[in-house]
Amino acid sequence: MADKKLNIQNMIFKLEQFWSSKGCMIMPSYDVEKGAGTMSPYTFLRAVGPEPWAACYVEPSRRPADGRYGENPNRLFQHHQFQVVIKPAPKDIQQYYLDSLKVLGIDPLEHDIRFVEDNWANPSMGCAGVGWEVWLDGMEVSQFTYFQVVGELDVKPTMSEITYGVERLASYIQDVNNVFDLEWGDGVLYRDIFKQPEYEHSKYAFEESDQEQLLKFFDIYESTAKRLLSQNLVHPAYDYILKCSHTFNLLDARGAVSVTERAGYLSRIRNLAHEVAVKFVEEREKRGFPLLKSAEDKKAGVENG
Amino acid sequence: MAKDYLFEIGTEEMPAHVVPRSVKQLADRTRKFLKENGLKFKDIKTFSTPRRLTLLVEDLAEKQDDIDEIKKGPAKKIAQDADGNWTKAAQGFARGQGMTTDDIYFEELKGTEYAYVHVQKEGKKASDILLGMSDIIKAMTFPTKMRWDSNDFEFVRPIHWLVSLFGSDVIPVKILDITAGRKTQGHRFLGDSVVLANADDYEDALKDQYVIANAEERKDMIVNQMNELVKKNHWQIKPDKDLLEEVTYLVEYPTVFAGSFDEKYLNIPDEVLITSMKDNQRYFEVYDENGKLINHFIAVRNGNKDYLDNVISGNEKVLVARLDDAQFFYDEDRKYPLSHFVDRLKNVSFHDKIGSMAEKMQRVRMIGDYLAKRWNLPENVVTDFDRASELYKFDLVTQMVGEFAELQGVMGMHYARLAGEDEEVSVAIKEHYMPATAEGPLPETTVGSLLSVADKIDTIITFFGAGMIPTSSNDPYALRRYAYGIVRILLNEKWSLPFNEVLPEIINMLGGVTPAKLPKGDAEQEIADFIRDRVKQYLQKNKFKYDIVDAVLASSQQDPSQILAAANVLQLHHDDEEFKPVVESLTRINNILKKAKFTGKVAVDESLFVDNSEKELYAGVQNLQNIDSLANLYQGFVHLQPVIDQYFEANMIMDKDEKVKNNRLAQLFAISELADRLGDLSKLVIK
Repeated sequence: MADKKLNIQNMIFKLEQFWSSKGCMIMPSYDVEKGAGTMSPYTFLRAVGPEPWAACYVEPSRRPADGRYGENPNRLFQHHQFQVVIKPAPKDIQQYYLDSLKVLGIDPLEHDIRFVEDNWANPSMGCAGVGWEVWLDGMEVSQFTYFQVVGELDVKPTMSEITYGVERLASYIQDVNNVFDLEWGDGVLYRDIFKQPEYEHSKYAFEESDQEQLLKFFDIYESTAKRLLSQNLVHPAYDYILKCSHTFNLLDARGAVSVTERAGYLSRIRNLAHEVAVKFVEEREKRGFPLLKSAEDKKAGVENG
Repeated sequence: MAKDYLFEIGTEEMPAHVVPRSVKQLADRTRKFLKENGLKFKDIKTFSTPRRLTLLVEDLAEKQDDIDEIKKGPAKKIAQDADGNWTKAAQGFARGQGMTTDDIYFEELKGTEYAYVHVQKEGKKASDILLGMSDIIKAMTFPTKMRWDSNDFEFVRPIHWLVSLFGSDVIPVKILDITAGRKTQGHRFLGDSVVLANADDYEDALKDQYVIANAEERKDMIVNQMNELVKKNHWQIKPDKDLLEEVTYLVEYPTVFAGSFDEKYLNIPDEVLITSMKDNQRYFEVYDENGKLINHFIAVRNGNKDYLDNVISGNEKVLVARLDDAQFFYDEDRKYPLSHFVDRLKNVSFHDKIGSMAEKMQRVRMIGDYLAKRWNLPENVVTDFDRASELYKFDLVTQMVGEFAELQGVMGMHYARLAGEDEEVSVAIKEHYMPATAEGPLPETTVGSLLSVADKIDTIITFFGAGMIPTSSNDPYALRRYAYGIVRILLNEKWSLPFNEVLPEIINMLGGVTPAKLPKGDAEQEIADFIRDRVKQYLQKNKFKYDIVDAVLASSQQDPSQILAAANVLQLHHDDEEFKPVVESLTRINNILKKAKFTGKVAVDESLFVDNSEKELYAGVQNLQNIDSLANLYQGFVHLQPVIDQYFEANMIMDKDEKVKNNRLAQLFAISELADRLGDLSKLVIK
């Protein structure tokens, strides 16, 4: 490892650089609250349909129930994921991943790196995949998945998704035990940026959120998503589905959802997720699957050149 | 000449639990395939790691045996019509032998001319047949399969390479765009790819590339290295076969190492520490020479000894983070009185369609109190049970169980103790989950047994009530295991529970008290049958003769302990000399009743007796009426048997006088009812 420990933003730079060299577009974080990088439209919507896609991005991931008022060294209301999605999954995607660790100064020969079975599912979004959690000396630092089903549609060609746990990996690289001791960039620590929001969001999620209001929000977001879907306005509809999901997570953190109701809410979200996935493919098809065409053109260009 | 055939499927990392059974499946399918194709071989050896499933077929024949046979067909007059044209029969005969009518010749046999063909076929070459190995790959099944790239084909993980070598020759088996060759892959980080000259080079060539392909050898390496560490440090470990097996299939080249953690974490209950190490990290926990858990662990790396310090310190760091979490949960949970958790059980669902945990606990208390009364359990047991029933699910809402679900019950016990609850109450909270597997250990305490039975009866009643009844192939809530647990505990505690009586009483008692739906009508009988089937399972498991199992289960007896007692009596006397005549006499009575369609239970009228033998039998039966123990009842029948026989000799049962006839049938019915306590004896196979 280098003498000067890699801070988080340099870690992100290196990952972006590496993956863009493998053909990924560097996308901005998507600006609607969500629980995981998978829920960004850059993964969820792009996973369905025949078009190729390759992107990487940092995604703030909000998990209200995991909030600990900034007092737990490992648990956060919001953590960050570095997400890489490529469709179709390259044959050497595992090797790419290992190479990306080398770029971060992690030489597999000096560590114990394992691919341990962990099949992923997100029932509320109708998603399932097969893959692993990746262990670095016993620590889970990434999730590696071959998507099989998204929005209850078969993912074909298969998309590979790599999700690096930014804080996990950084605490390994920077050798700190408390997430708040991480250096984000240029001497600024994680605590300086996130400690206060962690406290405030936890306070809100566990004590100050208004359940009645959240329940109303959920209904409004749901009906809005439905209305937009009926008008084939896929992307705004998807935004409202994300809002439904986040609102549900807030209700859940508050313990406001009984187990019975829980299944009901999840199935309402799942239905929307399925519908939006179907609509997305329809709308892309109307446009002639533009990315499919451009990939063919590119390929033809290479062959002719 | 025979040669060894090597076949390797190289994949991305497969789940550890899938590898051993998949390589076995591959071997089984290949064995069948080779046999069907008439290719002889000596044996099939298997190799497997997370990244490969491999077979070495030893001494595989190079080709099928040649065929050189004369086959006789139909007679000439059937083979050809009057004009000498080939008939359908002749054509069929030739086709059946893989020939044409041109190949047919005639020869005389005992004065008749018959059609013949001379079948000569060279055996197919193994190198051609082995191309079919691709079909074996396609036929393989896995608990979870996946697609990759743009293919429809599914396998456990993406396939990257195939090796297929017959001796030194490549058999180019194809799957998707992969064609088998002679190149295999070494360890992902430590090794290189290797080109194999010969099938037999496989194991050694891979060893050079840091892959121990033989799973047993890998396991031995782990065990030996572990023993060395343990010996050096004067530690002890408890053998955990499942974990050892899993770890074996998580690595290609094992190096065992030890790590440690701060002693301060030893304040956390052992079960929590062990779960943190074992389930999450696949570490083996370590004990000192006195069997006390200590602050060390043993783990296995997929690699060699280089940079092992990095690996150790990394693993220690991960464990500390986990233990910090556990400590946090342990501290948090202990900040609150138990009532804090119990109150929250109102909002915890037992099942969507049934209701909350709090409601379940109320029902279980009623059921347990009812059972305790039935069994005359001492007052202190009832007091402890009542207290336990108020608490026993509380740990489900503790943070620790939220994190480590498998610690449910165990944490309840620890927290209850810490809160100053009685030991009996605390232990019952843990024990109510027992037996956790079909043949797992039973609760050791009376309170624990009572709580376990009451809890399981409630589960079964409410699931049946909500219409979630297991089918032969689908039992998602493991109701069979619960019912089997009830049976085992009842038998262990010698608690009598005739379900036909008890179920309606319990359901009646709960009616109107609980919002949960309760079974009605037929469902009660279904539950009784469901439990009876578990009694059968118990008897079969415990090696009772099949006819005895059939006999005792065909009785109207519904109390598992009585059914077991009957089975014991029958099993004990099965080979006695008197057994046969006793069973025959009693069976004869049943047959007569059946034939007469007599079912009325009426008192026997002594004034209608004609013969002295009737009086004798009557007296004998009266003597048996109040016998409690089935062993004594059986002895009673042994003594009664000559009396019965004499009775049959002296009397016509189907007397012309209707009154006398019915009185005699009533007498027989009384005996048959007694015999029913032992079972339907007509099911016994008497030699």
